[in-house]
Amino acid sequence: MAEQSWINAFPDMDRADLLAIRKTLDSAYRAFSRQYGDAIESFFSPLLSFLIWFEKLLLATPWWLVIMVVAALAYLASRSWKLVFGVVGAFLAIGYFGMWDNTMRTMSIIIVCTLLSIAIGVPIGIMMARSQRMQAVVTPILDVMQTMPAFVYLIPVVMLLGIGKIPGVIAVVIYAVPPVIRLTNLGIRLVDREVLEASTAFGASSWQRLFGVQLPLALPTIMAGINQTIMMALAMVVIASMIGVKGLGQPVLKSITNQYFTLGLFNGLAIVALAIIFDRVFQAYARRIQKHAGDAKDG
Amino acid sequence: MAESVQEAPLIEVSGLYKIYGPDPAPAMALLRAGHPKEEILERTGHTVGLQDINLRINRGEIFVVMGLSGSGKSTLIRHFNRLIDPTEGRIVIDGTDVMQLSQRALETFRRKRMSMVFQRFGLMPHLNVIDNVAYGLRVQGVGRAERRRRAEHWLNMVGLDGYGSQFPAQLSGGQQQRVGLARALCTDADILLMDEAFSALDPLIRSEMQDQLIALQEELHKTIVFITHDLDEALRLGDRIAILKDGVLVQEGAPADILLRPADDYVEAFVKDVNRARALTVETVMKPPACRITAATIGEALEQMRGAAGGYGYYVTDEGYQGLVLQETLEQAARRGPANALKEDLLQDVPAISPDDLLEAVIPETLDADYPLPVVDEDGGLRGELTRASLAQVLGDRAEARSSAGS
Ligand SMILES: Nc1ncnc2c1ncn2[C@@H]1O[C@H](COP(=O)(O)OP(=O)(O)OP(=O)(O)O)[C@@H](O)[C@H]1O
Ligand SMILES: [Mg+2]
Repeated sequence: MAEQSWINAFPDMDRADLLAIRKTLDSAYRAFSRQYGDAIESFFSPLLSFLIWFEKLLLATPWWLVIMVVAALAYLASRSWKLVFGVVGAFLAIGYFGMWDNTMRTMSIIIVCTLLSIAIGVPIGIMMARSQRMQAVVTPILDVMQTMPAFVYLIPVVMLLGIGKIPGVIAVVIYAVPPVIRLTNLGIRLVDREVLEASTAFGASSWQRLFGVQLPLALPTIMAGINQTIMMALAMVVIASMIGVKGLGQPVLKSITNQYFTLGLFNGLAIVALAIIFDRVFQAYARRIQKHAGDAKDG
Repeated sequence: MAESVQEAPLIEVSGLYKIYGPDPAPAMALLRAGHPKEEILERTGHTVGLQDINLRINRGEIFVVMGLSGSGKSTLIRHFNRLIDPTEGRIVIDGTDVMQLSQRALETFRRKRMSMVFQRFGLMPHLNVIDNVAYGLRVQGVGRAERRRRAEHWLNMVGLDGYGSQFPAQLSGGQQQRVGLARALCTDADILLMDEAFSALDPLIRSEMQDQLIALQEELHKTIVFITHDLDEALRLGDRIAILKDGVLVQEGAPADILLRPADDYVEAFVKDVNRARALTVETVMKPPACRITAATIGEALEQMRGAAGGYGYYVTDEGYQGLVLQETLEQAARRGPANALKEDLLQDVPAISPDDLLEAVIPETLDADYPLPVVDEDGGLRGELTRASLAQVLGDRAEARSSAGS
């Protein structure tokens, strides 16, 4: 068998060598996780307690109160009764079909992941916008993060932190953060040069420029990024359920392995409903804060 | 008239070079060796923005910088408040070398001393008009009530009261530029930089804005650096004009200098189409009076007139200019008695014109009169004469055409 010519078969690496590479890398990473795993875990423990507390809060709150709060938020964000009725209807249906608790779990993790993504993504986006070098470094990393199959980076996260909520959150954030970073960067770079010059000419410091001009003007773009991030986080929920994140993803996973079509469909529809609610409410809010564009008020 | 002692200039630029690009040194060397801009761009990929600019701008004047698109006007004006850093050279403003300022000092300097009006307005789209006008004050940390009060005042001054809560996108171009002007005036800075501030406006609004600027300047006495590519605008506003070509300062001087004595073909091409009659005053084209008669008697007057060409003279007494007298008339009168006093009934009735009149306004009189018109200032003093020939020479064929149509 070793006599095969390179014409017929790719002259690939010796199996033994490949094995050696894999072994060294794996064992190096294992050693790393043995050594630092605990430290990293304790670093994340405040986040974990917050996550647990928030999930418990949502689960413990009576269903009608949750619906009222969500409906009120939807109204404040959009000032549209149609949207509010849609939101209430969707939540009632979810509860009626017995998916209330899972939906609350998913909502809690989505909200936490979104907040984390914003907290991480916006500053990185700002730094990228300010430095050409930072942009050159970060852009390829983002490309990798977005194209690498999600399962692949579940592996090192699980090796490091085991199965549970924190690795789930990390996986979701890694998957969902690129749009915020990209669009924050883009939004700031698109700010009209003359407007920025005007701000400088009147003696604004770089903080005053950032908070008084660049961020406000980039806000619609940043909002679009956050919106995409929420959508991606929702899409990641099913995959994250493989590593122990409870919520709507778990029944979906169960139905794949057991071929429960209806169960899968219902839970899938609940995820879709959440996605649509988040999206519509958020977009309505984004539109409302850019009234100054001059054309939005006759809506 | 006592000539005031030459004051130190408010803005002084010396040896200013700007080369755009990451590594200006090689381009600088080529430039020094006398290579042209295009060649440097081709060989190094660097654009020459400005080369060896030397300028002095005095307190209280409107200094106009003019040139074609790409000649470096914006580059130059952005050096004054250091929106752009020079490759080489010194910029001294009111005794301060702005290149030596720290970031903090530079910010303070921009807040207090200078403000700017932009070609495409540069208004903050997310702030309403009043907040836009007050932007400079907000940057300075002035309190909200005070900010509003002062912004309202300037909004009034530019004729936009009541628009305070509109957003820039809801205003017309002319209104937006008024907001830009109010914003610049609101910080009370003594230097106003205006980069093609009126270029984006249609001609009617534009001349309205020019009038407004002139009116404001009469009240405020700021030092204004005004950029334009329009010569008519330059002549209308400028106390002095500098002309840029490919980053080089080709001529600098009073409007009349530029019109009457263009330094090279480039400037000449610029001034060729301008309506000189509307741009020049009598003062710039008048000649010294050919004959000034101060004698009390007819005989002495004839004596003074001898040697003067044209056969006429202007009669001037201690009270100033009295009128024009002809040699012919004097000779007739002398036959009756050379010792007689020179009386008013011997004088011709010709209209006197003021040195500040625009040529346009005096064309008809000059062409109708049989003799050059006397130029008389407010105090009655004879300053010069305006001949038909010098008028025709300055105005070229255009005036000829106009005169035949008019008479
Ligand atoms: N940021 C920049 N980077 C590179 N080159 C520039 C930059 N800004 C201006 N230039 C170059 O500098 C030269 C002068 O440009 P500038 O903007 O000062 O011209 P301008 O006289 O203001 O023209 P306009 O009337 O069109 O505004 C041009 O050749 C231009 O290509
Ligand atoms: Mg320009």
